[in-house]
Amino acid sequence: MNPAALPLLDQALLVLAAMALFTAFALLAQTRLTAAIHTFAWQGALVAAVAALTGRASGDAHLYVSALITLALKVALIPWMLHRLVRRLALERQADPLEHPALTLLAGAGIVVFSDWVAEPVAHFDASATRNVIAISLAIVLLGMLMMVVRRQAVAQVLGFMAMENGLFLAAVASTHGMPLVVELGVAFDVLVAMVLFGVFFLQIKNSIDSLDIDRLSQLAEPVEDDDVRGDAP
Amino acid sequence: MNTGALALALAGAAVVAALASAASGLLATRWPRTLSWLAFPLLALCGATALAAGLLALAGDTTTTAILPLGLPWLPWHVRLDPLSGVFLLILGAVLVPVAIYGPGYTRAFRNGRDSLAALGVFTGLFVTGMLGVVLAADAFLFMVAWELMSLASYFLVTFQHEVAEHRRAAFLYLLMAHVAGLAILLAFGVLAASGGSFAFAAMRSHPPDALWASVAFALALLGFGTKAGLLPLHLWLPEAHPAAPSHISALMSAVMLKVAVYGFMRVVFELLGPPQWGWGVTLVLVGATTAVVGVLFALQQTDLKRLLAYSSVENLGIVFLALGLALIFLGSGHPALAALALVAALYQSLNHALLKGLLFLGAGAVLHGAHERNLERLGGLQRRMPRTGLFFLIGCMGMAALPPLNGFVSEWLTFQAALQAWQLGSGLLRILVPVAAAALALTAALGAAAFVRAYGSAFLGRARTRHVRRAHEVGVGMRLAQALLVAACAAAALLPTTLVGLFATATRQLTGAGLDQAGSRGWLWLTPIAPDVASYAPIPILLVLALLGASLVWALRPSRQVPVRRADPWDCGFAPPTPRMQYSAAGFAQPIRRVFAMVYALDEDTDAAAATHRLLVRDRLWGWLYAPLGVALDRLAELARRAQTGHVRRYLSWSLITLLVLLWIIS
Repeated sequence: MNPAALPLLDQALLVLAAMALFTAFALLAQTRLTAAIHTFAWQGALVAAVAALTGRASGDAHLYVSALITLALKVALIPWMLHRLVRRLALERQADPLEHPALTLLAGAGIVVFSDWVAEPVAHFDASATRNVIAISLAIVLLGMLMMVVRRQAVAQVLGFMAMENGLFLAAVASTHGMPLVVELGVAFDVLVAMVLFGVFFLQIKNSIDSLDIDRLSQLAEPVEDDDVRGDAP
Repeated sequence: MNTGALALALAGAAVVAALASAASGLLATRWPRTLSWLAFPLLALCGATALAAGLLALAGDTTTTAILPLGLPWLPWHVRLDPLSGVFLLILGAVLVPVAIYGPGYTRAFRNGRDSLAALGVFTGLFVTGMLGVVLAADAFLFMVAWELMSLASYFLVTFQHEVAEHRRAAFLYLLMAHVAGLAILLAFGVLAASGGSFAFAAMRSHPPDALWASVAFALALLGFGTKAGLLPLHLWLPEAHPAAPSHISALMSAVMLKVAVYGFMRVVFELLGPPQWGWGVTLVLVGATTAVVGVLFALQQTDLKRLLAYSSVENLGIVFLALGLALIFLGSGHPALAALALVAALYQSLNHALLKGLLFLGAGAVLHGAHERNLERLGGLQRRMPRTGLFFLIGCMGMAALPPLNGFVSEWLTFQAALQAWQLGSGLLRILVPVAAAALALTAALGAAAFVRAYGSAFLGRARTRHVRRAHEVGVGMRLAQALLVAACAAAALLPTTLVGLFATATRQLTGAGLDQAGSRGWLWLTPIAPDVASYAPIPILLVLALLGASLVWALRPSRQVPVRRADPWDCGFAPPTPRMQYSAAGFAQPIRRVFAMVYALDEDTDAAAATHRLLVRDRLWGWLYAPLGVALDRLAELARRAQTGHVRRYLSWSLITLLVLLWIIS
């Protein structure tokens, strides 16, 4: 498939999706929390743009609504809430370096190749840019998950989780021209509720163990009784 | 309303009464006395209605089914009351009524204790409900629900006095083995449901699995029901759990719950598995005979009265399964009439064991209540202090030792009659195997007699071995009445064998197609199970002759009036006056058998002549052979699983990611 042969709208879609994938990598490697939140906002903006463009291409009016919701939630509200959270928890200056940055990014690249390979069979369903966008969205989901695995900071984990949601949304928009509006509203609402809950939890965790390093959460487990204590108990 | 519907309605009433008893048990948190005048009377009502329902179903030879509007929406519960269920309802009712009468007196001692009486009341009710449900269920779904209810409720009863670490350990072992058993039964029903296409027993009955799968289901059923019934390698929970539970609960568990396991086994193997294979029968005969011999050998060595009774239960269940094995052999080789005889023997043995073991556990409870001791080495001389309990316990021991004309003899005699018909079998191997099993049965009976002579002799005869036993007192009216009721039931089972065999034959006609019509062919007085001229037994003439002989002996040996009775020390060798410690001890009584069968026991024994002490610990070799290695292997497996279960969030997330990647790789 030669990208240059596609209609202009599809080319624009591909570029936007590729940029979203790039932001996923940026999220993966970004050690500063505030910068990561900005990157996440950019990813949301790109996904919203993809939705709007698809709406333009297919003429589905409800995709504009979806794009607006995404813009409001992922670009404005959630980043703002995260910012406020980071400020309240005094984490602005805290860096969360990866343990093996090169290895992580290589794994990310591997995931992209893998996603492309997984999306291969989807090729014949459409000649347009859909296949590539599906591969990219799958890669964004998996990269979000990888981010949750490699990051120790709880806020960074939330970013990974939200990035996964972005990937899913992108897949829905690209493959089936968006989910029904009701479903989308529901998902958006869920994401918002999740965000609020995360905020509450983080405040509580911070209060109780004085850190947001989730590797230390295992200390919260109840002390194991009598004969079960062996080896790695603290 | 016809007989069958009436019987089923009565059984339903019994279930409702048991549930009501469980609910009323809750009141005991505030008002402990409600346990005595509400929960236990409701249980007695439940027992009486169950007894009536069982008798009606047996006498009317009716089969009634109904579909309950309970369970899952697309899977309603089926219930069915047929003669086989009737037999076990009869057993349940006959034991439950005395237990309910016994309960108030026995639990009064717990009122000021730390243990929750409400838990006792609630779980007793649920336990009985579960047993009734198992017996009445006509589909695998209801059966499993009721079965688990029975297992879990009895777990809570075993752990009733949970502040004792030993009880907690026993209860955990019981729970573990009950779960393994439940799993095996579930899998057996899975095999049956796969071929029957439905969970209802009716569908399974009409489409039995093929021979291979039937054998798989048989093995699973034997594992599951055998664990519950205490068959040999899986019996270890029984001697732990029975002493831990309160005595009236031990009576229920030993007398009824083990029989419910027998019922489940009979229902699955004789009705749902299709044509029986004689290999199953051989397995059962071997397992049953080994269980009986080993059970009684261990019963002989126990010093804890309730542990002794528990091992004796293992022995009796071995005999029941031996008889069931004989029935399968006869059925598989085309002798339905002989199979019916063996089945009647098994059912009769179940009833007798229920009545006798119920009586003995209640007696052991009375000893515990009156003397606060259950160790045979510290008891002694109770016959003078607790005369009624002693008499009842003696009758129970005689029945368990299978002395004619008591009821234990009838069922063992019937089992022997079935085994002695082995010459009719075609296969030479079976013709050898069955008499060998009969010989094992004879050995069991003799050792059983020794075990109960030892139990009664050490506990009730001689002199009290400890000070607190010397102050033992007779128990209250209710507890004595309960034992008397069971003695009366034993007497009925002993003296009316023809009637009972006739009732049980309706159940065997349902399972094998053959009854025992010839059993009463010489009138109700004579039991002739095979043919009028082959073997016969008449308990009432034997009783009369024995009574006559005994009376004349007493008359001949009566003390003469002329010589006054002189009380003095017995012969004491001219040394110190005899003390209770000079008596024949329970361990000493069993010593010769311990030497002869030393290879069976894991003995830990040493004698210190200087300190005049003797320490003896008899343990089951199976702990070391089977259970400990199994435990170690499980521990290793758990350790491997622990490596993955670190408790780190990120580790779990990476497992999810890897799983996702692998799954994606597989589908593409």
